Amino acid sequence: MPINYYIFLSLALFCIGVAGVLTRRNAIIIFMCVELMLNAVNLLLVAFSKMHQHALAAGNPGAGIDGQIFVFFIMVVAAAEVSVGLAIIVMMYRNTHSTDVNFLNRLKH
Amino acid sequence: MIQLVWLVPVLPLAGFLINGLFRNSLSKGMTGIVGCGVLLASFILSLLIFGEVRHEGFQSVTVTLFDFISVDKLHIPFAFQVDQLSALFLLIITGVGFLIHLYSTAYMHEEEAPHYARYFSYLNLFVFSMLLLVLGANYVILFIGWEGVGLCSYLLIGYWFKNVDYTNAAKKAFIMNRIGDLGFLIAIFWMINQFGSVTFGEVFSAAQGAPVKVLTGITLLLFVGATGKSAQIPLYTWLPDAMAGPTPVSALIHAATMVTAGIYMIARSNILYSLAPLTQNVVAIIGLATALLAATIALKQNDIKKVLAYSTVSQLGYMFLGLGVGAYTGAVFHVMTHAFFKALLFLGAGSVIHAMGGEQDIRKMGGLRKHVGTTHWTFLVGCIAIAGIPPFSGFFSKDEILAGAFGKSPVYYAVGVFTALLTAFYMFRLYATTFLGNFRGTHEQEHHLHESPAAMTIPLVVLALLAAVAGFLGVPEAFAKDSHWLAHFLDPIFAHNATAEHAAEAGASQEWMLMGISVAVALIGVIAAWTRFSKKPDLAEPAGFGKVLANKWYVDELYDAIIVRPLYAISKFLNNFIERFIDWIVNGVGRLVQYGGRQLRLLQSGQVGGYVLLMVVGILVLFLVELFVKK
Repeated sequence: MPINYYIFLSLALFCIGVAGVLTRRNAIIIFMCVELMLNAVNLLLVAFSKMHQHALAAGNPGAGIDGQIFVFFIMVVAAAEVSVGLAIIVMMYRNTHSTDVNFLNRLKH
Repeated sequence: MIQLVWLVPVLPLAGFLINGLFRNSLSKGMTGIVGCGVLLASFILSLLIFGEVRHEGFQSVTVTLFDFISVDKLHIPFAFQVDQLSALFLLIITGVGFLIHLYSTAYMHEEEAPHYARYFSYLNLFVFSMLLLVLGANYVILFIGWEGVGLCSYLLIGYWFKNVDYTNAAKKAFIMNRIGDLGFLIAIFWMINQFGSVTFGEVFSAAQGAPVKVLTGITLLLFVGATGKSAQIPLYTWLPDAMAGPTPVSALIHAATMVTAGIYMIARSNILYSLAPLTQNVVAIIGLATALLAATIALKQNDIKKVLAYSTVSQLGYMFLGLGVGAYTGAVFHVMTHAFFKALLFLGAGSVIHAMGGEQDIRKMGGLRKHVGTTHWTFLVGCIAIAGIPPFSGFFSKDEILAGAFGKSPVYYAVGVFTALLTAFYMFRLYATTFLGNFRGTHEQEHHLHESPAAMTIPLVVLALLAAVAGFLGVPEAFAKDSHWLAHFLDPIFAHNATAEHAAEAGASQEWMLMGISVAVALIGVIAAWTRFSKKPDLAEPAGFGKVLANKWYVDELYDAIIVRPLYAISKFLNNFIERFIDWIVNGVGRLVQYGGRQLRLLQSGQVGGYVLLMVVGILVLFLVELFVKK
């Protein structure tokens, strides 16, 4: 399959994520959109990595593996981020009975 | 002993600190003891130092305390110079200063304790500055003292600061002095530029090869400084107003010591002045003009202190005449005798004012001879001394200056003698109006009349003795060979002494003639005033020319019209137009920042969505820049 398909798919996923973060007010949905953006990047990394592997000579089995290792790193960091982020959202809900981010604008004062 | 010379000024400084810092807790007795004690200790030290300096062949000693200013090649040490001239001034300052401190303990007794201590701390600070002035081994140290005495003069004139007139007088004195100081300061800078040093010895040796124009400039600027401090035309008007201060202050600062700082400075720089004949002539003419002008004004003054103030201005003019004609010894001699008799006269006037309960107008006095015995005869001694009747001290010193003036030009001499006539006349007018005739004050005042306490009369008696006999330190050579002790003593300081040269060439007969003339003139003045005013005092309002004199030739009004008012007008213009424009710019900058802040504040909305949007826009911009602009 040509690499272009992967690129446009992840571009679409990333834009959906950006649009979601910009337009939605619910913290959980914003969170999901952020994850969407991360995974769009992951998809792109894996796609490029695979493409790289095919392009190189068969005598070098380890070539192009860096991109895939990177993806694991991103997944671990994302998992850690999700745990912290969800905890914050839970606390936010307990304090304000809402997960609307516009409700939390007191820092400007 | 001489290495300990720094103690002489440090002791009064300690007195200033003690009295100044603990003024709220010290009793009046303690204040007086500290104030007078430090001066007495300084005086004893000065005597010991003088004892060493007095020896034949004494070489000037420089005591360096620390490096004061050190920039590139310019080194200004904080150093004291002990030689014949400074030792003599040390004695005058600490000796007369001590007597006046002692007198003040009684004169100021009615003040409250904190103000009493404030007075003594100022007085001690003044003595410290004055000692710094005469001890400094270079012009910068001299200038520090010079400014210090100016400050103390300001503080003490305005001692009764609740009276607006007095504080105005203080400001006038300070500003007038500052005008002169500017000249002095420029002279110092010029010296640094020209000679690369301000230390006396180095400047004087470097001056030998310097162009005459430069020396004339420097000496003229120094003289501008001296006209401010020593109250000469055109900056003399502050001194009569300075009489607003307490009378002992007038005696110490505005008669005996501070106003002679200019004389000291020029006498110290005599080598420079001898190399600049033009400046010498200017000094002589200004001195003579001041002497004459002030003497004429003194004829018609009715305030006892004002008469003495103008007389001081006039006598200072004499001293400058002496300096101008090269009779340096005569000038310094006159500083010394003047310190004695003028301090005596001022303290006597203070005693009279004290007896009269604060009255200063001589028209309301009269007949005080019977009531204040000691004050009366000491005052009389002072009057005789200043009038120049032998063998009292004023005769010798004034005669020496006049002899020097005659050596230069008979015109100088004639004007000088005429001024001497006026001096004798107005001093005895003052004496006769105050002490002779009948009492003209109120009944209450007559009842209140009393002789002052011992702390006031003892200084009077001591000063009267000094005023009477100090002249014998400088008996003219015509009387006996080598009789002029002071000239001999000061010989190492004054390289070109006109008096000595003149005396050598003129011969005894001419000297006798000059002395005869001045004595005759003084006697005429004394007798004329005595006969005219002892029975019928000058009470009427002056008219015609007398009115011009009583109004001091309208010099104050003239200065007001040509300097003060235009200055006010310029200030008003600047305030109304230039100031407003500057304000507009400054406030405009402030308003701009405020406006910008208000607008930018809106970005900080607190809405997370807004922040994220900006972030995305920012990233997009960077992306576009990377893609299109950078290529």
